[in-house]
Amino acid sequence: MKCFKKFLFSVVDLFRKKEYDAAVKIQSWFRGCQVRAYIRNLHRITTVIQKWWRSYLGRQEYRLIVKFASCAMKMNFYNAMAVRIQRRWRGYRIRKYCFNYFYLKEYLRAVSETNDAIREALEEFAEMKEREEKKADLEREEKKRDYQARKMHYLLSTKQIPGVYNSPFRKDPDPWELRLQKAKPLTSQRSKAKPKPCISLSDWLACTSARSFPQSEILPPIDRKQCQGPFRDITEVLEQRYKPLEPTLRVAEPIDELKVARGEFRRQEWMRNVNDNMFLPFSSYHKNKKYIPLMNSSSKYGPNSYGSQHFRDENPKKWICDKDFQTVLPSFDLFSKYGKLYSKAGQII
Amino acid sequence: MHSFTKDQSSWIPNGQAGVMSLLRPLLLDVVPTIQQTAALALGRLANYNDDLAEAVVKGDILPQLVYSLAEQNRFYKKAAAFVLRAVGKHSPQLAQAIVDCGALDTLVICLEDFDPGVKEAAAWALGYIARHNAELSQAVVDAGAAPLLVLCIQEPEIALKRIAASALSDISKHSPELAQTVVDAGAIAHLAQMILNPDSKLKRQVLSALSQIAKHSVDLAEMVVEAEIFPVVLTCLKDKDEYVKKNASTLIREIAKHTPELSQLIVNAGGVAAMIDCIGSCKGNIRLPGIMMLGYVAAHSENLAMAVIISKGVPQLSICLSEEPEDHIKAAAAWAIGQIGRHTPEHARAVAVTNTLPVLLSLYMSTESSEDLQVKSKKAIKNILQKCTYLPALEPFLYDAPPNILKHVVGQFSKVLPHDSKARRLFVTSGGLKKVQEIKAEPGSLLQEYINSINNCYPEEIVRYYSPGYSDTLLQRVDSYQPLTK
Repeated sequence: MKCFKKFLFSVVDLFRKKEYDAAVKIQSWFRGCQVRAYIRNLHRITTVIQKWWRSYLGRQEYRLIVKFASCAMKMNFYNAMAVRIQRRWRGYRIRKYCFNYFYLKEYLRAVSETNDAIREALEEFAEMKEREEKKADLEREEKKRDYQARKMHYLLSTKQIPGVYNSPFRKDPDPWELRLQKAKPLTSQRSKAKPKPCISLSDWLACTSARSFPQSEILPPIDRKQCQGPFRDITEVLEQRYKPLEPTLRVAEPIDELKVARGEFRRQEWMRNVNDNMFLPFSSYHKNKKYIPLMNSSSKYGPNSYGSQHFRDENPKKWICDKDFQTVLPSFDLFSKYGKLYSKAGQII
Repeated sequence: MHSFTKDQSSWIPNGQAGVMSLLRPLLLDVVPTIQQTAALALGRLANYNDDLAEAVVKGDILPQLVYSLAEQNRFYKKAAAFVLRAVGKHSPQLAQAIVDCGALDTLVICLEDFDPGVKEAAAWALGYIARHNAELSQAVVDAGAAPLLVLCIQEPEIALKRIAASALSDISKHSPELAQTVVDAGAIAHLAQMILNPDSKLKRQVLSALSQIAKHSVDLAEMVVEAEIFPVVLTCLKDKDEYVKKNASTLIREIAKHTPELSQLIVNAGGVAAMIDCIGSCKGNIRLPGIMMLGYVAAHSENLAMAVIISKGVPQLSICLSEEPEDHIKAAAAWAIGQIGRHTPEHARAVAVTNTLPVLLSLYMSTESSEDLQVKSKKAIKNILQKCTYLPALEPFLYDAPPNILKHVVGQFSKVLPHDSKARRLFVTSGGLKKVQEIKAEPGSLLQEYINSINNCYPEEIVRYYSPGYSDTLLQRVDSYQPLTK
């Protein structure tokens, strides 16, 4: 019996264990399912939350990206517009200020115009110079021929004898003939008539001008024809001719000599006078008070000036002229020519 | 005595022995005419020969002359100043001897004399002394000569004006400080007025003086220009006298070379046209300053170079280049043409159409040209070629240019051909492509690159057609061709 109970118990135990294990299995499976469902739920919830959170972050990110993209687009646009403006401006600036093509063309045209003008002006100038030279040459030639004609004036033809240049076989006389007709004969002494400047003086006054007055040379003789009549003594004549300048008193004085002389006078008076004040006619002359006259010395027509303004009797209607006496007078040349003229007037014989 | 000295004064002696010792006591003679004639004789002897001048110096005659210069009458002063001039003109040492014996002060006193002949002789002597070098000029200026010379210029006698102007020119030519001293004495205004004087020798000296003043610095040149010499100076370029033209063009050159503004001023006054006409009307060394002036003006900027071109300067310069026999004038013309053509392709084209480039090339290649001429023409060619895009002028260069120039020519072709189809066609038909193929160049060199870039402009068949030896290769192909036999 013990064995059977032991056997039964072991079998039952085993069965029980089996059942127990099965139950545990089922329960654990169920618990597992439960937990898994719970966790699934949790996962679902978490996913939802995370989904929403991620979408929120993504939207933020997206907004940032859009913002930056729009900024960049705007900036590019602005830059492009700015470059457009700058391009225009730079082109304008270079073309107007740094290298102005039209201005350069204008300048070159102006330069070539100036060149042409200068060339013309210089040509004119050269032509003018040539003309002047030619004229001078012609004049010299003329003078030479004239001089020659004057020298050869004796070759002129007379009524009887035809001259060298007036051959009877010619139709017209030679132009030299006409020139000879017009020429005045040359005198042999013409070349000596030039005055020689004197060179033997050593003081500076004579050296200064080439036209120094010859003081000691004898004049050239007058030999064209003998003058008639008795002549004065040559020494007298020379004395008269070469008399040094003796200006008259009036000329020798300065032009303001009256003023100077009066000033001199006044200075002398100042030197002599003890007192510089003017002599007043009476003691209260300098006072400016208006004088109230006595009834006796005033007349119907106002105060009488006699006794207050002047003591002397003055009658202006009797005056010859209205100037006061002069103490200094200009000089007069009554006697400046005394003894200096040819005439014997005034000389003691 | 008198006639003896007169005879001596017209000798040209063979032996100088004793002449000085004979003449020296005559200088101290009582009779003034003998003194004067002895001084005149000494002057003529010293004038003839510099040994005689040295003998005058060694014979201790100068102190006696200087001492009596202060006291005697004007004829003696003139003769003594003549002696000093004659001694001083030969060499700087003799002039220094004159300065050492104290002659400068007495000469300056003579400049204040009343007689214009004495002033002239003194100014002449001072001019000859100052001519040699800067120290002697400085000594002359220190003696106070400059203001007195300026006063002498204002005198009415023409000979005195000439000599005074030439003396001022000799003083101011050495250094800027001396020129400034002359300017401070007020010389410029008077010199500028005298440009209008009709006497040509005076004009020579005046223009020379102004150019010596203007050459030293920009300020001095500006002061000369402010004296309103333009456009009056241009009439001097038309003068009959050659040296007046030369000195006038020297003056304008010295002014033009300093700054672009001064050159601009000259161009605006029409100076370039006048100068070109002047160059056309004279020959030889007279032209040289004019040619240099055009070069200086063109060198400053491209606008000025264009102004020179439109004034028809380039044909005139190329005439000078071909006609002139002397090398230095040719070198100057080559330099001037180089300055004109080096700025932009327009300028280079203007130079190239006048057919100047072959002339320059021949001058460069010729063995008879001096080194200076060769260097200048090479530089000119190089500068012009680097800007030249006018292909008809470049083609002759392919044929006879040396390798260093060929490189530039081929380079220019390689720049122009890729862009211009008509030029490409012309290049082929005129045989240029053929010539280019014949050029042997080292692989990897610049020339080879240029040749390659030219070859790239053309289809391969043409390049092969024109490559040397193509006919041989074709014939070889004919030889080796087996016709298809049926």
